Amino acid sequence: MIDIDKWQEIFHTLRHNKLRTFLTAFGVFWGIFMLVIMLGAGTGLENAVYSNMGDFAKNSMFIWAQKTTMPYKGFPRNRWYQFTYDDLHSLKRNIPEIDIIAPTVNGGGFRSSTLIVNGIRKGSFEVFGKVQEEDLIDPVDIEYGRFLNEFDLREKRKVVVLGYRAYEELFAKGEDPTNKFVRINGIYFQVIGAFKSKHTGRWGENQNSEVYIPFSTAQQVYNYADKVDHFSIVVKPQYQVVDIEPKVMAILAKNHNLHPDDKGAFGYNNVGEEFKKMNGLFLGIRGLIWIVGIGTLLAGIIGVSNIMLIIIRERTSEFGIKRAIGATPWKVITTVISESLFLTILAGNAGLMFGVFIIEMVNKALQNSDGEMFQNPEVDFSLAITALCVIIFSGLLAGLIPSKRAVSIKPIEAIRTEN
Amino acid sequence: MVEISGLHKSYITGTNSLHVLKGIDLTIEAGEMVSIMGSSGSGKSTLLNVIGILDGYDKGEYNLNGKVIRDLSEKQAAWYRNQMIGFVFQSFNLISFKNALENVALPLYYQKIPRRKRNKIAAEYLEKVGLLDWATHLPSELSGGQKQRIAIARALISNPKVILADEPTGALDTQTSYEVMELFKEINDSGITMIIVTHEKDISERTKRIIHLKDGFIEKEYKTKLSLNYA
Repeated sequence: MIDIDKWQEIFHTLRHNKLRTFLTAFGVFWGIFMLVIMLGAGTGLENAVYSNMGDFAKNSMFIWAQKTTMPYKGFPRNRWYQFTYDDLHSLKRNIPEIDIIAPTVNGGGFRSSTLIVNGIRKGSFEVFGKVQEEDLIDPVDIEYGRFLNEFDLREKRKVVVLGYRAYEELFAKGEDPTNKFVRINGIYFQVIGAFKSKHTGRWGENQNSEVYIPFSTAQQVYNYADKVDHFSIVVKPQYQVVDIEPKVMAILAKNHNLHPDDKGAFGYNNVGEEFKKMNGLFLGIRGLIWIVGIGTLLAGIIGVSNIMLIIIRERTSEFGIKRAIGATPWKVITTVISESLFLTILAGNAGLMFGVFIIEMVNKALQNSDGEMFQNPEVDFSLAITALCVIIFSGLLAGLIPSKRAVSIKPIEAIRTEN
Repeated sequence: MVEISGLHKSYITGTNSLHVLKGIDLTIEAGEMVSIMGSSGSGKSTLLNVIGILDGYDKGEYNLNGKVIRDLSEKQAAWYRNQMIGFVFQSFNLISFKNALENVALPLYYQKIPRRKRNKIAAEYLEKVGLLDWATHLPSELSGGQKQRIAIARALISNPKVILADEPTGALDTQTSYEVMELFKEINDSGITMIIVTHEKDISERTKRIIHLKDGFIEKEYKTKLSLNYA
């Protein structure tokens, strides 16, 4: 039931002190607004970083061969060695925790590109020998045709999957490249597909200029014998990459006569740990945002509380009269609390809406840009609900002390107070 | 209606204790119209506050309408005030942002009577004090006498047993004061006990019994001519 008298009273008090009402409401408004804006911006930063990662397998690591740093079994230090395809089998056999293991060779050597020609169109791109499992580790969006498959590898087919930039340079716009032939290093390869990277920013651009041929084919056409440049390893979900890392190194060391402690002989990259670090960072940022946001909001709440105290002082005799004619202390408390609740909820929701509005505007403005640092700032529904709870709680808090003050005065003293 | 025996009341301000009521024995029967007189500081307002359950007391006994009034919680006190007592104050004490009708209806609001119903009852009481035409006016638009009559209607609306008036004519001119007293007499004639605190002799003479307080004691009490007329 709507209590008209109660609302009449609330509106009267608030209208009677327009400037004061506005200023205090602004405190709460600003607090919620800042909280929403900061959280939205935090999400934007997070989104940008995570979308940069694409759908990369999080529980994974990379390992590649470097020069040895310790002498061992008569071998000197600074010795070059190479991973071989046999390593894949021994790793798989000896480490049951491994889910996926995929070898890669870089055609023409590390970071050197190969000339690819299609009629009068040509371009230089990095060629990688990959296996079909690669699509489970760092998935790509297939735009035309398909990714590599088992038969491509087994039969050492001369087929190629083009990155999107390579496709754009080698083919006319909108042309379906599948089943067409391109010349890589003088050898004709049939195009089976073209992909777009799921990563954003520079990572995505780089991947889009990559070209994949079957691993087995690459070993042959580039004359690599059994060479593997790096292994990508995905660990089963129930295990941690950190725990598997030393096992992988131990087996590789044994296979290649490396000193058991020679960690410098491997280059490796633990994606799992990187992810954890990133998560920790974002947790920290979010925590900081809440601390600062709640602080700002608290200042607003104290403002409301303060003003309520003043208003109550001015209305002391009014409360006295009301209690003399039968208002219970509870009635007085609820009146004061509803007043502060009303004010904070009104101002808080305005702040919430304005904050969401700004975030949405920024989101709209950024829609077409591929931001590496900032993407899709957003305020999700659960956050809005949380903010609403914070607002209501703060309204109660702001009204609590003043209402206590209001009833602590005896009715007789309240009536005696000069208006 | 009101039975008081051996009532003591002190105010403690800091280290000082001010003994205001020093043993009051007083009985007011139902339907009486009594005025309490005394100079400033005699304790007359304090006595009225104790009777009105606006203030507690230290020692003695107080029965209101057969109920012992002692150590009530604020909630109970509010209930008794609402049910049994109507207040009329010197400074009217109307709520400034409510119009005449809403002011009169306020005690019924605290009895949780629906708005439509309480406004209807309030209109009846406004008519009784002759101010129905002024129902939608705010207190600031009314004269002193009108305001006091609104306050009286407010005191009457909850159908109280006792009306307590603290210097009800203190802010009014003589003519208006007499009109208010006439209204009080009519109310009293309907059976409601009236207790009026005043320091004006001509006002007290318009009640039926006068109690003189001096320095916290009852100095003297006597019946007026008015009571004899009815005796």
